[in-house]
Formats: sequence, C-alpha cells, structure tokens
Amino acid sequence: MTATTSTTQSGTPPVETVTCTIDEIEVTVPKGTLIIRAAEQVGIQIPRFCDHPLLAPAGACRQCLVEVAMPDREGNVRPMPKPQASCTMEVTPGMVVKTQRTSPVAEKAQHGVMELLLMNHPLDCPVCDKGGECPLQNQAMTNGRSTSRFEDVKRTFPKPIAISTEILLDRERCVLCQRCTRFSEEIAGDAFIALQERGAMQQIGRFDEAVLDYAPPPGEHRAATPVDRPHGVALPDTSGLPFSSYFSGNTVQICPVGALTGAAYRFRSRPFDLVSTPSIGEHDSCGSAIRIDHRRGVVLRRLSGDDPAVNEEWITDKDRFAFTWQSAPDRITTPLVRDRTLDRYGRVVARGELRPASWVEALELAAEGLTDARDARGVGVLTGGRLTAEDAYAWSRFARTVLRTDDVDQRARVHSEEEARFLAHAVAGTGVGVTFGDLEKAPHVLLAGLEAEEEAGVTFLRLRKGVLRNGVKVWSVAPFATRGLARLEGTLLPAAPGTEAEWLGSLATRAAGAPLPADVGAGTLDAVAGGLAEPGSVILVGERLAASPGAYTEALRLAAATGARLAWIPRRAGERGGVEAGLLPGLLPGGRPLSDPAARAEVAAAWGVDADALPAEPGLDTGGILDALSVGQLSGVVVGGLELADLPDPQHARRALEAASWVVSLEVRRSEVTELADVVLPVAPPAERAGSFWNWEGRVRPFGQALESSALPDHRVLHQLAGYLGVDLGADEPLAAHRAIGALPAWRGERAPAPAAAQVEPPPVAPGTAVLAAWHLLLDDGALQDGEQFLAGTAKRPVARMSAVTAAAADVFDGDLVTVSTDRGAITLPVAITEMVDHVVWLPLASRGCRVHAQLGASPGDVVRVAPAAGDAVVVEGARTDHTDGGAA
Amino acid sequence: MSEPSTSVLTPVLTDTWDADRSWKLATYEDAGGYEGLRKALTMEPGDVVQAVKDSGLRGRGGAGFPTGMKWGFLPPPDGGPRYLVVNADESEPGTCKDIPLMLASPQHLVEGVIITSYAIGCHHAFIYVRGEVLHVYRRLQAAVQEAYDAGYLGKDVLGSGYDLEVTVHAGAGAYICGEETALLDSLEGLRGQPRLKPPFPAVAGLYARPTVVNNVESIASVPAIVARGADWFASMGTGKSQGHGLFSLSGHVTRPGQYEAPLGITLRELLDLAGGVRAGHRLKFWTPGGSSTPIFTDEHLDVPLDYESVGAAGSMLGTRALQIFDDTVCVVRAVSRWTDFYAHESCGKCTPCREGTYWLKQVLHRIEAGQGTEGDLDLLLDLCDNILGRSFCALGDGATSPVTSSIQLFREEYQAHIDGGGCPFDPSRSALFDYTPRSRRTPALAGTGGH
Repeated sequence: MTATTSTTQSGTPPVETVTCTIDEIEVTVPKGTLIIRAAEQVGIQIPRFCDHPLLAPAGACRQCLVEVAMPDREGNVRPMPKPQASCTMEVTPGMVVKTQRTSPVAEKAQHGVMELLLMNHPLDCPVCDKGGECPLQNQAMTNGRSTSRFEDVKRTFPKPIAISTEILLDRERCVLCQRCTRFSEEIAGDAFIALQERGAMQQIGRFDEAVLDYAPPPGEHRAATPVDRPHGVALPDTSGLPFSSYFSGNTVQICPVGALTGAAYRFRSRPFDLVSTPSIGEHDSCGSAIRIDHRRGVVLRRLSGDDPAVNEEWITDKDRFAFTWQSAPDRITTPLVRDRTLDRYGRVVARGELRPASWVEALELAAEGLTDARDARGVGVLTGGRLTAEDAYAWSRFARTVLRTDDVDQRARVHSEEEARFLAHAVAGTGVGVTFGDLEKAPHVLLAGLEAEEEAGVTFLRLRKGVLRNGVKVWSVAPFATRGLARLEGTLLPAAPGTEAEWLGSLATRAAGAPLPADVGAGTLDAVAGGLAEPGSVILVGERLAASPGAYTEALRLAAATGARLAWIPRRAGERGGVEAGLLPGLLPGGRPLSDPAARAEVAAAWGVDADALPAEPGLDTGGILDALSVGQLSGVVVGGLELADLPDPQHARRALEAASWVVSLEVRRSEVTELADVVLPVAPPAERAGSFWNWEGRVRPFGQALESSALPDHRVLHQLAGYLGVDLGADEPLAAHRAIGALPAWRGERAPAPAAAQVEPPPVAPGTAVLAAWHLLLDDGALQDGEQFLAGTAKRPVARMSAVTAAAADVFDGDLVTVSTDRGAITLPVAITEMVDHVVWLPLASRGCRVHAQLGASPGDVVRVAPAAGDAVVVEGARTDHTDGGAA
Repeated sequence: MSEPSTSVLTPVLTDTWDADRSWKLATYEDAGGYEGLRKALTMEPGDVVQAVKDSGLRGRGGAGFPTGMKWGFLPPPDGGPRYLVVNADESEPGTCKDIPLMLASPQHLVEGVIITSYAIGCHHAFIYVRGEVLHVYRRLQAAVQEAYDAGYLGKDVLGSGYDLEVTVHAGAGAYICGEETALLDSLEGLRGQPRLKPPFPAVAGLYARPTVVNNVESIASVPAIVARGADWFASMGTGKSQGHGLFSLSGHVTRPGQYEAPLGITLRELLDLAGGVRAGHRLKFWTPGGSSTPIFTDEHLDVPLDYESVGAAGSMLGTRALQIFDDTVCVVRAVSRWTDFYAHESCGKCTPCREGTYWLKQVLHRIEAGQGTEGDLDLLLDLCDNILGRSFCALGDGATSPVTSSIQLFREEYQAHIDGGGCPFDPSRSALFDYTPRSRRTPALAGTGGH
C-alpha cells in the first residue's frame, strides 16, 4: 500500500503546442502560453512589473506592450490596432509578435509607460533596499528614456506604513503592480493589504475605516476575543482582524520596487555587497529552497529559492526571517568540559562549572566517560529531529558501532512505540512517495494530526493551490476548523485529541464495506471514504498521531482499504532523514528491521563490523531512555540538538540527565542540555556547513556551506570522538559522510511489520476538566526563532480555545481569563470561544508564555482542569488581549 | 418648440415626457406601454433576438455594437443562471440621456428589461444606477415595484410561466463603473476596476456566468422594436446607423435638452430645433458624443450624426452628448477641466491612465496659468500618444481625445497662453449666468493631484 514508485505516469497525453513568430524567430510552445513567456523561450526579455509566472495575469502596469498580428479567417496576418500586453495574451497559431527589439511602436509604448512609472517614483534609490537589484531600476536602464520630461510636482505619501512588525510599506515607491495583493489573495489566502483610493491616489493600504468610509465601531463595546492575533502591533487586515500572515515576507521578495521592505533587513545592506548561497530551509520538513545572502561572514537575509517541484518561489516567514539563532551570542565556540569533585571512592560529589577546553582534551575526556558508561550500564542516544541526513547516518552508526546500543531515538516530542513501528513499516526506505505535485492534483486529501499551515507551511500553500486550481477536496481530522483549513475550503471531521483513531478506523471500516455502529454519520464517512478511493487521493498524517493510540494503525488500514497513498509529515527538518538513517529503536538505515539478521548483516558489512557486533534486540525509545537514566539503568547519554522543553515531560527529562553519570552534548548554542552535560562539543549550524535534508516527500535536499567557519558538523565531531573510542566512523569529510548514505540503499527484504495498536477509550471528562488539545504554531517560543524580534512580533498571541459548552461548564465567557491546570502547574490565558469539539481545551503547545509540556507536564489527550482565573492569576506576558492597540501606529 | 418644424423628431422614448405624472405605470400603459411585452411573450425567445438583430439596433452607450449580435454571443443554455445587467451608470461629462429617461419614463426601461431577459433566458436582471442620482434610483425602484404589482415581474409574468426578478442597484459614484467589467465587479461588491478580457461578459460575466450588459437607452428601445416591428425601427436613420436616438444638447444653446431624432440628423438641424447658439455668439467648438470624443468646430455642423459619418469626420458618435461652446470659451480651460475629470476618475489600475492623466492635468493647469513652456504642446501630444491605446480600458483613451483634438484645432490658442503668460479669455463671459469668479490663483503648483 505504501507508495514506493515514482509518480510519473506513463501514457501522459502529448502536450498540445502552438507555433508563432516572435521577432522573426519561430517558437513552439504549449498551448495557453503567454506571449511574454514564449518570448523568454527564445531569449527575448520583455520588460514587466505586474507579471509574475505564479500569479494570475493582471495587465496592470502595461510595461510589456508588444505589437501583435494574427491571421484572420482567410489566413492573412493582420496587425492588431493597438499594442497588446504580452503578459495577458496567449499565443495563437501563426501569431506574429514584434517586441521592443523589432518594433518602434512597441519600443515607444514601453518607453512611454516607463517614463510614466518613473514620473512619480522617488529618486531615493541610494537609500532604498531594492537599489541594485530593482526591476524598476534595471528596466529603466534597459528599456527607458534617458531623460524624463516631467518637471511638475511628484506625488508623495507619509512614509512608511508598518503593516506588521515585520513588513513596512513605502507607498511613494509603489508602482501598483498588485503582485503583493494578488499573492496574498491567490497564494496565501490571508489578504492583508488591498488597493485603495483611485487614480493617482490609488495606493496599497490596510483596512482603514477612515479611508473606506466605514462607520467606526460603536464605543468601547466588548469585542470578541481576537484570535490569531500577533504579539506585536499590527494593522488590521482586509477582514478587519489584526494582520497576521505566515507568508508576508514573500510580498517583499516579489515587490518589483522597494515599496515593501522587511524591517529586519531595511537599510542594512546593499545587494551588490552580498554573497548568495543556495540552501534549504531548516525550519520544517518541506525542504524549501532558500537563498542565504551574507556579507563578510554575517547572514543579512534569506530569500526564497526557486524550486518548482517543492516550494515554487514561496517560503514561510520562519524560513525567511528566522536565522539569527545560528549566530546568537550564546553560540558555543570551543569544546567545554566540566570538572568534577570526586570522593576517594571515585564517586561524584559535586559537578563544577563548564570551562573551555581544547578539542583533544574534550574528546579524550568524552571518550573516557563514554567508555566507562557503556561498559557500566550502557549509553543512550538522543539526537533531536533537526539533523542533516549525513549527521543522522553518522549518529546511527555511532550509536550502533561505538556505543553498541539500539537505545537511540531522534524524537524530542510526544512519541509512541506504535509510531516507531509505523515509521519502520511504512516510511523508512520508501523513497520519494507522495510529492507536492501529487497534492495539487489529488482529488481528495485527508489530513490527520496535521495542521498544514502551522506545521508544514509550504505544504499548505501547495495544497491551497490545488484546492483553487484543481478543486482538491480537503478533509481534516482535528478538534476545530482553523483559519488555515477554512482557506483550504476544507471540511472538519471533528475529533477530540486522542480519538483521531476513531475517525480513521471508522473510515477504514466503511471503505472496506463493513457495517458500522448506527451512531456514526454514514453520509460523511461515505463521502470521505469514497473520495479517498478515487485514484490519486492522499492521506497526510502528522507526527501528532503518536498521541492517539491506534491512529497510525488505522491510517494504514484506511490507506489499504481505499487505495489512497499515505505520507507522513513531521514538523522538524531532520525527522525524515532520521527515519532513513535508523534513528529509532529497532530500525537500521534504509528501512532495515533490526530484528532481521539479513538486514543486520548488510548494515554490518557496510559499516565494516561483525554482524554480531550490532545490537540485535530493539532498544529503548526517548521515553524509555529517559526513564532508564533516571533510575540508573542507563549510565550515560549522548545528546544532539535537542531542547528539553520540547519533550513531553521536561521536568522528568531534566532529572534524568541530572541522574546520568555521563552526559555528552553536541550543540550549537548553550541549552538546558549543555548545562547538564559533562562534555559539550560545539557543532556547526546549517549556514556554516554543507549537508542535505531529507524532506517529507522523501526527496534529498542538498545544500552548500554559506559561511566560512571553523565549526564542525555533527558527523565530523562524531567521527573524531569515535576515533578516540577506537572506531573509524568513516564520516570525517562531508563527501565521505554523504557517500555513507548511499552505501546502504533502501532495504529490499521483508519490511518491518505494520503496527497493530488498539484504540483506547477516551478518558472520562469530569466536571471542571477538559481534554487538552495542543499543537505547535509556526511562530512560537522555539529556540530557532531566537533573536528575531520583528518576526516574533508577528507570532500569534496564545489563547485558550474552547467551545461555548465547555466555556459554560467552566463558567468563563469569551475574553475572560481562564486557568488551565494540572497538579504540576497552571497556564492562564484569555478564552476564545471557538466552534469546536466539546469538553476540549486547545492551547498553543509552545508559545511564549504557554509552554504546555513544561508548565503543565501534560500532553495532548490528557485531561486538565479548566477554571476561571483567580483574581491574582498571573497572566503570561503578551497574552492579555487589550482592545485598544489594534489600530495604533 | 414652435418656431422651426419639429417634424424631424421621432419621439418614442420621449413621447410621454410631457404627460401628467409621466413616470407612472398607468401613464405608460395608456400610451400603449407593455404591448411589446405581451407580443414578445407570444414569440419564441430566439425570434425576439432575431427581431432586434433585424432592427439594426446598435448599442446606445457609445460604442455602437449591434445589440442583437451581443445577445447572440451568449453560449447555449447550460442550466445555470445567466444575467442581464443594465448599465445605468451615466457619468460622462455632457451625457444626459439615460438619467432624464429613467426620471421621466422609467417603464420604457423596465419593459425593455423584461423583454430582453425573456429573449436571452435570464431570470434575474440588474439595473446598475449611478449612485449620485438618488432621485432616479428611487423612481426606478418605484417603477420596478409598480411592475411587480402589476404582474409584469416576479413569478409567472403575465401568466406566461416565465419568471423574472429585477434588482435595482446604486453604485457608489465612480465613472469607471460605467465600463462594463468594472460595473460587474462593483455589482459583485468588489472594487470597481475593469477586468481582463477575455473572458468576455457574454461567457463569464456577473458571478462568472454568461451576462449581457446593455445601456439603458438600448434596452429601452427594445419594446417599441418588438411592438412596432424591426422594419419600423430600421426605416429610421442611415445605412448602418438605424433607428432613433436621444440627442442631448447642452451648453451655450438657447433651449438645451434631449431631442429624440433618427440617427443621421446634423447639429445644424438640431441647433435649429434648439433655438440656436446663445444669442449674440457663434459656435466655437462642440463635442459630438461627450467629453471622450474628439471635438468638432462649426466646420462640422453638417456632419450627419451617425456612427459612420462622425467616425469619418474624425470623432465618435459616442452618447450623442452635444456640448455646445460659443466664442467666449477658452478651449484650454475647457480641456483642462475635462482632464481634471479624467484624472479624478481614473481608476488607477493601469499606469498610462493613472500617471498620464496626473501629468496631463498638471501641464494643462500650467499652460492655463501662463506658466507653459515651448515644449509643452508637443509634450501633451506625445503623452496622449503614450496613453491612447496603451491603457487597460477606454477611459485612458477618452482622456486623450479632448487634448489631442483641441491642440489640432486650436493650437494657436494654446500658444497664446504660453506666449502671453496667461489666459486671454474672461471666464465670466462664458457663464450662462452672472457670477463672481473665484481667485485666479492657480492650483497648478499645488501638485498633490488627488481630489
């Protein structure tokens, strides 16, 4: 059932083509091609502003005028009376186009338009961010008059408007091409700016009651709690809500002038001083192509790359703006070791402070400690989910051959044994399965445990494109319909957290034709099951299904029953690569089951060790490793890039590391783990190394090193460390580390068995309690967003969502402060009444002031107490909703 | 109209304007109203379309596209809705035919809407009325209500089994919304800006459904064509410009107003009917079809006012809005005011119109204020050349017509402004009534554009 073949279908009908002549050059292009694109095919650049290949034609700027002649019914080629906009007109057979290169009329028309565009444009290029890479500047030089005849008065506007903390608008620079407004309507679907006024006063603007002549809202009435409301001051968007978009940075990139600029980059640099390196976004599992621009070793900005197969030309604001973490002040630049005070029996009586050490000292010490720990009760390995594929393979080999353990797990999140089995069975070693392109063409897409916009932004954009262009029907198993789902025109299949398995199971049963209990809505089930049975339909499951026992099992059953293809979309960039590398207990690289002797033999051969040397019994997962450490069943642990706060029970994890006799940490920056480590080995962030991420499609996304750096990638540090432990890891050089992946191609033997976990009854919900729902928002309190204040201002403020029934039961009203608590702790947030499953309270999993795991020690699916906030309740900073600052600035 | 013979007039739409309470349904019915509808309902819809085709009726909104042919562009019925939208957004400077018609005799339009809707298979028609004319909007709503009450509208029109709803919608006051696709956007509740064509409204118009957009006068002409026959209609007018039309005379004319006559009548004849140019003055220039049509002078008094003849003479018949300017008028001042209008009404979508009108306006104000320079006239002509045919819709084209044609005809008058350092005319002399001119302080250097 799992897709293992590539998606190209044989027998695709040949593309219908059209032949025309452009500047006396004959060109054959697919039917429906615009003149401007056909011209590009023969190397003719027609100047343009409003045209963008991924946006619907507008024909607004008129810069691309060309002369067109077409054959009439008798076949006589007749010129059209007026020059035509080449960005809106499709080529037709026999069409004869003359561009500015061969037509004086077209050239004059273009010069005329250019002069008009420049007439009101400020001559502030020397201070404009776009200067040097500006389509207006460039095309004015190539296709403009040498002088302007305009000697009258220019139009000016007060500058700039802060659309959000991140995006600024200088209206006088705007040429009104509408790329930004079309992007926000057609691509992201979160229109926040629109055209206003008319004629020469036409401008891009925000929702403004004064401009639009709306009646102001009456008095100080109590508005509904604004949800999806950013932390920083933001202007209201066109729907009147405070503007909050995860994709707004794209408008800065496609703006053909310097009208839209990013606050973080504004006035920071000149494009011609920048050195650009193509790279891959490290913030989610989509593997978006990005471009890193640096100047003298400092990254100044990141842009979207252009990869039609993956992210097209769009990236999330997180991939664009969140890069300062890599050069944060708490970067670890040298190895650190911790001196210990031992008693005369050699027992640790006090841990000292970390101090800088040489690599030799640190590696020697680390090797020594690991040897002792391994030979005592063993060493566990927690790698975190952000590794490159090369690192993941090195970690996997390090664990199995150096530490001789299978106690290895990359999952720093809620996880389950069922999930590990699912990944081994259905994901590892399956190659490229469902692709972004497949999503656009799928008749039906079912999302389960996945909020695409928050957890895999580019996936959301591609899905939305499919919805708008091809009518993809989206279904989502979730507790409530988010704004993202609404923009996918999706249908909610309401499920309390932990009960996703019920929906998937019922659908599978229905699809298999078996009878169902009478109380299940058969109509919806038939619609979804029938839809998924259509060829090309896709089921997308997120990592959050790990919190719903039986959900992965049922998802597999549903895929088998309907024939729909299944894809697993984790949040973190390294998780798919980690699955491929075997960073899970019981799983060896390439999807090889650890329990299979033949698989072990293949791995042993590739790694140059005896097959017997590899562990043969499945080891512990993240939870098991932490439990074992805390009770002394494991002596030591090697930890990769991992935040304790991301773990389901950070407090427990902290105790576990404190109890461990030997902790080695490979980290970029100081963290809770390094503070508990005995040896800290610094590693390089993505910008300072080459590598590749393995995105959720199964596509390998290699990237180069952007910055020169003395920092070492994980695989190199592990190689050195292994050397001190007497093992050649074969991962010293990046090329060697990369080739090590190829040495273990996908497993062709029998795959690990499918999970067969049973559903569990949802816990009883007593009065005053509710089931906790939570997931990560794209912009939250994550360590990889540190240091980017402008971006942080666009993150959504945390609210507690619950249905009216739940709120009534808890005696709170919309906008009231509610306290969600466990025996461990409490979180107080404003209530946002939401149409959603009753007796469920939703919190952002890890937003500023709302760290669910850390503060409550709870995970989605757990029962928590819900009560009105006490008078002295401490409100998390930034969470209180006040109704006065929405329209400020 | 006592002195000259009025026999050249062909009052059809204007026939009952002098009747008591001419706007009431009863008045209209007494004069034979709704006979056309009763007849149409006995015909096949296709035959109604054919009759309008045969009559030679051409769009009365300015472009003169054959109305019946436009209806014929609708794709075959697919079971979904199709719409008739009446363009009653009359806003062109000088044009004043639809608004008087809807005020004086709205049932012509209502009956025309019903017959047209029946012919094209539409069950919901819209009348988009210019927002500023509230009195017309109210009168039209009352007329539609009267038609509903009388059984001409609603379910089962006159027992024929045909259903039709009519919605009268008031725009918000934008000239651009007279452009048919901008009108459709505005009607859908969007910002009124012209749409990319294709698809044309006949294929994907209102709510992306097949739509016919027609001018008020075109639709109002339909009942008589059906009632009296295509031949009757085609017997009026000239070769390819058949039928009757409203000619609106305004400005320096003794009896301004709407004169309904066959196409092909000349301004000389119309001026005779209207009592001539203001006493003591002579004709200097005039527009044949509103401010967007190139101006004419007294040399063109005998140009037959039909599509072909006016076109051959270098202008356009447009909306037959004949603005008469006598010898007291400064052509620079008149053109400058028209240009102010276009700069004010440019929707802003495309560069040539948005920026071009902004620039034209400033140059014209400079010239009028005596601050013009030698190169300004050539600059104006070249600017117009860069706007005409380069803008997204016809608004930009229209903005250039008065500038280009006036410089062609009155270049020396422009030059006099530049050479003489100011306007040689006294604007108060051109006023039809006494007034005290406001300060002549020019706004040319204020420069903020806008409105």
